[in-house]
Amino acid sequence: MKKLINGPDAFLRDGLDGMALAHADLLVLDEQRRFLRRRQPTPGKVALISGGGTGHEPLHGGFVGYGMLDAACPGQVFTSPTPDQMLAAAEAVDGGAGVLYIVKNYSGDVMNFAMAAELATGPVASVITNDDVAVEDSTWTQGRRGVAGTLVVEKMVGAAAEQGSDLDSLRRLGERVNGCTRTMGVALSSCTVPAIGSPTFALADDEIEMGVGIHGEPGRRRQAMAAADSLAAELLGHVLEDLKPQRGSEVLLLVNGFGGTPLLELYGMVSAAHRVLDAAGLRVVRHLTGSYVTSLEMAGCSLSLTRLDAMITPLWDAPVQTAALRWGR
Amino acid sequence: MSGTGSWALIEAAAGSLIAHADELTELDRPIGDGDHGINMKRGAEAVLAKADSLAALPLAELLHQSGMTLVMTVGGASGPLYGTLLLELGKALQGQADPPDRATLAAAFGQAVAAVKARGRSDIGQKTLLDVLVPLHQALAGHQPLATLGPLVLAAAEATTPMLATRGRASFLGERSIGHLDPGARSSALMVVTLLEALHQGPATVTP
Repeated sequence: MKKLINGPDAFLRDGLDGMALAHADLLVLDEQRRFLRRRQPTPGKVALISGGGTGHEPLHGGFVGYGMLDAACPGQVFTSPTPDQMLAAAEAVDGGAGVLYIVKNYSGDVMNFAMAAELATGPVASVITNDDVAVEDSTWTQGRRGVAGTLVVEKMVGAAAEQGSDLDSLRRLGERVNGCTRTMGVALSSCTVPAIGSPTFALADDEIEMGVGIHGEPGRRRQAMAAADSLAAELLGHVLEDLKPQRGSEVLLLVNGFGGTPLLELYGMVSAAHRVLDAAGLRVVRHLTGSYVTSLEMAGCSLSLTRLDAMITPLWDAPVQTAALRWGR
Repeated sequence: MSGTGSWALIEAAAGSLIAHADELTELDRPIGDGDHGINMKRGAEAVLAKADSLAALPLAELLHQSGMTLVMTVGGASGPLYGTLLLELGKALQGQADPPDRATLAAAFGQAVAAVKARGRSDIGQKTLLDVLVPLHQALAGHQPLATLGPLVLAAAEATTPMLATRGRASFLGERSIGHLDPGARSSALMVVTLLEALHQGPATVTP
């Protein structure tokens, strides 16, 4: 294992401290490192709190700031944070209008946020994101995972919160945005959790994991490496089959790198995705391209589509000022 | 056996998690995300670090405090599940004789296992720790001799190997989850075996 770290134990501490140092104008790190919060809160609004295992940066700490989250709770690498973190974050950022948790659908995250909600003193609501079409949705399983589409939910709900929407409206908006967002990813290489020191899974040089999750956990199947056009066609094929947008629909295309893939390759996937979406008669009217919901140094990407409409497109365009996303102010 | 006697059991269970951390992590790697041992060890160490304040507590309060410590330190799915088990066990034993008799313990354990099912929205046959906890409860309630419980839980954990996971991260593997021992079932079995050994060596806390 070669990583720029001072050992596995110092990794998280140094990373979080450095994030707060690098973005000191935007972020404050709790003294016990339980959460990152906005330096300048917007008074009177519903507080948006997310969190999850670390290793996905910039998700979630990089999305704390004006127009997006109020606080993010970092867990150990790929491990859900604990309820004391959510409770401490809520105490720090709840301005009296209630707290909305945005939680990715993993059993650990869901249970820890649920325990935090049970222990909370003020009003709390939750949105569970589950945009990953690689996993069969069924009442007999944990259901679909929350992956890159979580970013879209956090952005749009964050914009509405900034505009003064109440807790229940924000919860419903979050469910709506989640409901019109789908994602699927492919891994070209594994990743190494520092505390473990060896790759999470093994892929041969010519193998890829189709439908991978954001912890290097498997998806639909392992297959031979293929050209970008073929990968984009397969990923978007599953996304479109599930999202079922009408021809002529406007969509947001999020091409998300997993941490180990160069931006030029991601832009190549944008081209490939356009060829697929043009053929499907869809109009890509908004883009986001980059490594935003990562899996340490894993190579590969996910493709997300959000079906846009007159209500949510302005929420995407609304001003945002965070460490990782910034436009309009 | 209140006070330090109960604490010795907690110490033994925590020690077994720490001793088997690498094994649990190895089990978690092919079907989870390879951190079960690391996370349980962190929780066990956090409980042991509270020896000064916990060691003299009555059993019910000790279980409650230990459960809350696991909830607040383990994270992942294991923190809420094992935390809920101990929190509910503590709640069910509140106001009962300390040490509890076997029927009381069996009833309390049944209540705690039901709470774990509710927390994880899960049940037996899904390749989780419940595949050990549920048969253990049935054996406790069914007055099976204590000496049979160790082999019973180890076999129950082994029996998760051919199962298809339908809960937790292993469920994302689908068919590929078959053929792997569930790490949560294994950690449950290890703790139970250690507790039984500690009970065998020390004064009996439950009437066999």
